[in-house]
Amino acid sequence: MQEFLQQVISGVASGGIFASLALALVLIYNAMGLVNFAQGEMAMMATFIAFTLITRGVSYWIAFPVTLAIAFAGGIAIQRIVIRPVERAPLLTLVIITLGLATLLNGLAGAIFGYVPRSFPSPFSVQTVDILGAFFSFRDLGVITVSAAVLLLIYLLLQRTTVGLTMRAAAHHAEASRLLGVRVSWMLALGWGLASAVGAVSGIMVAPIILLEPNMMQTIIIYAFAAAVLGGIESPLGAVIGGLIVGVTVNLAGAYLPFVGGDLQLAVALAIIIGVLVLKPNGLLGRPTVRRV
Amino acid sequence: MRRLRTLPPRYWLVLVVVLFFIGLPTVIDSFLSGEWAQALVLAIAIMGLNILIGYSGQLSLGHGAFMALGAYTSAILAHRYKMDYLLTIPIAGLLTGVIGFLFGVPALRLSALYLALATFALAVVTPSLIKRPAELTGGVQGIVLLPPDPPQFAKDAFAAVTGTPMTTDQWTYYVTLAWALVLFWLAWNLVRHRAGRAMRALRDGEVAASASGVNIAGYKTLAFGISALYAGIAGSLFGLGSGFVSPDTFPVALSIQLLVGTVVGGLASIPGPLLGGIFAYFLPIESNQWIPTQTWIPAQIVSTVGKAGPAVTYGAVLILVMIFAPNGVVGLVTAGYTRLRRRLRGVPDRETGQMPPDHQTA
Amino acid sequence: MARIGSRIAAIAALLVAAAACGGSASPTVQTDVGITSNSILLGNTIAQSGPAAAYGTIGNAELAYFTYLNNTQGGINGRKVTFKILDDAYNPAQTVPLTKQLVEQDKVFAMFSGLGTQDQTSVRDYLNAQKVPQLFVATGATTFMADFSQHPYTIGWQPPYQGEGRIYAKDVLTNHASAKIGVLYQNDDYGQDYLKGLTDGLGSNASMIVDKESYDVTAASTASQLATLKAKGADTLFLFTTPAFTIKSLVIVTALHWEPTIYLNSVSNPQVYMGIAAKAGAALKNVTSVGYIKDPTDPQWANDAGMKLYKTVIANCSTCNVNDGFNIYGVAVAYTMADVLNKAGSNLTRANVMSIAASNLNESNPFLLPGVVVKTTSSDHFPITQEQVITWGGTGWNLQGSLIDERGTIK
Repeated sequence: MQEFLQQVISGVASGGIFASLALALVLIYNAMGLVNFAQGEMAMMATFIAFTLITRGVSYWIAFPVTLAIAFAGGIAIQRIVIRPVERAPLLTLVIITLGLATLLNGLAGAIFGYVPRSFPSPFSVQTVDILGAFFSFRDLGVITVSAAVLLLIYLLLQRTTVGLTMRAAAHHAEASRLLGVRVSWMLALGWGLASAVGAVSGIMVAPIILLEPNMMQTIIIYAFAAAVLGGIESPLGAVIGGLIVGVTVNLAGAYLPFVGGDLQLAVALAIIIGVLVLKPNGLLGRPTVRRV
Repeated sequence: MRRLRTLPPRYWLVLVVVLFFIGLPTVIDSFLSGEWAQALVLAIAIMGLNILIGYSGQLSLGHGAFMALGAYTSAILAHRYKMDYLLTIPIAGLLTGVIGFLFGVPALRLSALYLALATFALAVVTPSLIKRPAELTGGVQGIVLLPPDPPQFAKDAFAAVTGTPMTTDQWTYYVTLAWALVLFWLAWNLVRHRAGRAMRALRDGEVAASASGVNIAGYKTLAFGISALYAGIAGSLFGLGSGFVSPDTFPVALSIQLLVGTVVGGLASIPGPLLGGIFAYFLPIESNQWIPTQTWIPAQIVSTVGKAGPAVTYGAVLILVMIFAPNGVVGLVTAGYTRLRRRLRGVPDRETGQMPPDHQTA
Repeated sequence: MARIGSRIAAIAALLVAAAACGGSASPTVQTDVGITSNSILLGNTIAQSGPAAAYGTIGNAELAYFTYLNNTQGGINGRKVTFKILDDAYNPAQTVPLTKQLVEQDKVFAMFSGLGTQDQTSVRDYLNAQKVPQLFVATGATTFMADFSQHPYTIGWQPPYQGEGRIYAKDVLTNHASAKIGVLYQNDDYGQDYLKGLTDGLGSNASMIVDKESYDVTAASTASQLATLKAKGADTLFLFTTPAFTIKSLVIVTALHWEPTIYLNSVSNPQVYMGIAAKAGAALKNVTSVGYIKDPTDPQWANDAGMKLYKTVIANCSTCNVNDGFNIYGVAVAYTMADVLNKAGSNLTRANVMSIAASNLNESNPFLLPGVVVKTTSSDHFPITQEQVITWGGTGWNLQGSLIDERGTIK
């Protein structure tokens, strides 16, 4: 029983990591109906920027918001420079561009910072909390708490502010929004900026746990995809719930299903993706979309 | 004879290209033939991917997995069951094609974006899936294949032309070339005839195509199966040329390499995959060998490219091509040719469709 | 006209006679492909980009050593070493064409320190068929040393993973005879080879292993596997994991409030990694490993001649971090390479160099722990088989006991 609980708790811990990145994916999707394959690499880059600031002597609590600002600006810049020229291009073009961006950022990070893993500071201590004999580290707890806070902010932004409403309108009904005077293009840029900042939060929170290196988000992004898809790719709450479920499922499948075993954890995430997309494409909390002829 | 004279220039171009590839091994080093064989392997896989993406509009970022399937099928048949390697190639292709077809069934339910997502995840998982059935696949040890000895007639024929008997690398090249010619010809026929038109119709507008009576599900899964078949044969030929298959031989980078080649060459074209395959194959090999020797490139860029490997170049190329030349090299060439023709011959009359009379004959 | 002609003939005859006399007086100089009168060309494929790029610095460190030799001694016996390194991104599909290019176009004398088990396996048959030496491959996979009879042109260098596993087995049997062993291993040749060594070394005591859990490099975390190992009652944990996963696992073990005796493998033991683990919350109690190379961050070697030489050499590489254990590895193996070339003297043929490397080596290397010899004989082709147990003392590794030699135990 205790072992089972520990597996679940460890799953929740890694699930928190997936959820934090999935939130960024959901934001981009809400902004422009696109899954950003470069989200993980953008988050990684932002974390390296934070790392550079901290090693130059900047305090963590200053480097954090500065990095968020830089990530926000960077996201907008990427949208303006790379995405906007192909705004109206078919989906395929956009997907390939984000894939190219991911490859580019990964290579760039490797070239500038090298591939040796580094430690990254965390505001949370390394102590653990005891839950009925199973242990939860404060850092993992911190990831989940911060993700929940980000989730709340995103929810408030999207559902309770005019800016959020405008963003969603621009994403779903671009032409109509233009007619109403909405600067659609800048709304998209805003979406990218916000997603980039959320990704930066994710990176900064998880780097102390998974170690800072250029490849740190390469497989996390797949788990984050699974989380977003499972939760419903439009729903930030779904992303968080999806993340936790993915984390727990991967752990339990690896621990208790002999034909899965510890080395096919990623395959479990793939199975989740395929299973959800085939059986319930809108995920747990997504709303069915109607395609208009 | 009259028909020969009135053949469009395109056909002569194809003939020249085919002759070029047939003659290539006679003038280059033997091991370079091996490299060109691998470039043709990529071209075959890219042709398959092109049928899927360019002609039927479905996006797959995981075709490296199908290549792995084809390569391992051949390797296991040849290594464990002692089958002649050349026989295993069509078997590997067919098996992969069937599995691709089956894969295409659930893929129908996925929107383009989700299909991209799922296939990308598949590409990342492929090496760990290969490692699992270790008795069958050899696990991380991989499977070492005996290099094929060219048959005597080939050795003699080559010696008659160049003076030295054919080497293994050259033989591999010719086997690969033969398959490439067959597969490209098949693809060309496919897109010209009914299936191709159906696929293009559904790429351009699924709803309209369905309303016109095109069997969407059938053609989409068919496209998946065909593209997997091509990838399977490519994988099998890959094993022939490199003599070794292992999990790390099929990383996600391979699927991205295929995508880059498809896009750079030009979607929905027949010559595109050939150019794309050559580009995708030689870029990583040349980028950190050729670039440092170019003194006109500033040292900073050289060292960044060197340390980052082809990743930075790939990424930049993908982005630039999609922004400036979404139809790839072939698109650029065709657009340039069209513009040239227009300038020389004028544009057809909007209403009647008639070309303006030639200046000389007027 | 005739006079000039006959004079020329006479002079020519004289010269020929002189040459013949000169030729027979001095020893015949034997050379081979890749050797000129003033250079030796060596080739290498290594991962400098992609997921395994952290190893890429090894090639640069080796180059630094050859540069040092070229600058301070004019090379080896008057020939400067040229070292051509190509990036195969850890993908055998790249290793094959790049190796063929080095052999058939660049015409290298030998391939040196190729990295990666799958990568070097992919070209082993080719190099052996071409009789090009595949020297001192940068992997501890036992096959490169154990299968010499089938591949006489291939030789490893570093201690075989199985040998290291056996040393751990010996240590466990000596110091923790009633241990309940749990093993976390990477599901590739690296982890599996270590595990085999441990299991073989335990012999009839293999039942001490209560559980073994594997993970793939694509895993998000090893927490699940470690939780299982803890639940199965293991009190001794073996980490056959690559550095990043080792660090993360050490942290998780502490977070699980679990205090097993920990054995971690030599690739992961450089002190910088221990430092990262400590900062991330690992308690690092009761950690044992083995070493065979001096660690650049270890203060006990601060005034050591070998360490000083290393620091001089590595200065030739602008991108090399002096504290990186991979770099001293590179310099050490390059030292052996240079040693072999030196011993070949004027008989610089592939066959002779291969014979020295695989069957006639007996070298003490300034970068390895005192007492470790690099040695091969006609019946033993494992260059390095000695390692010393080290335990973590909070700020550094402490050498325990004496060198343990696994020579002859692996067939």
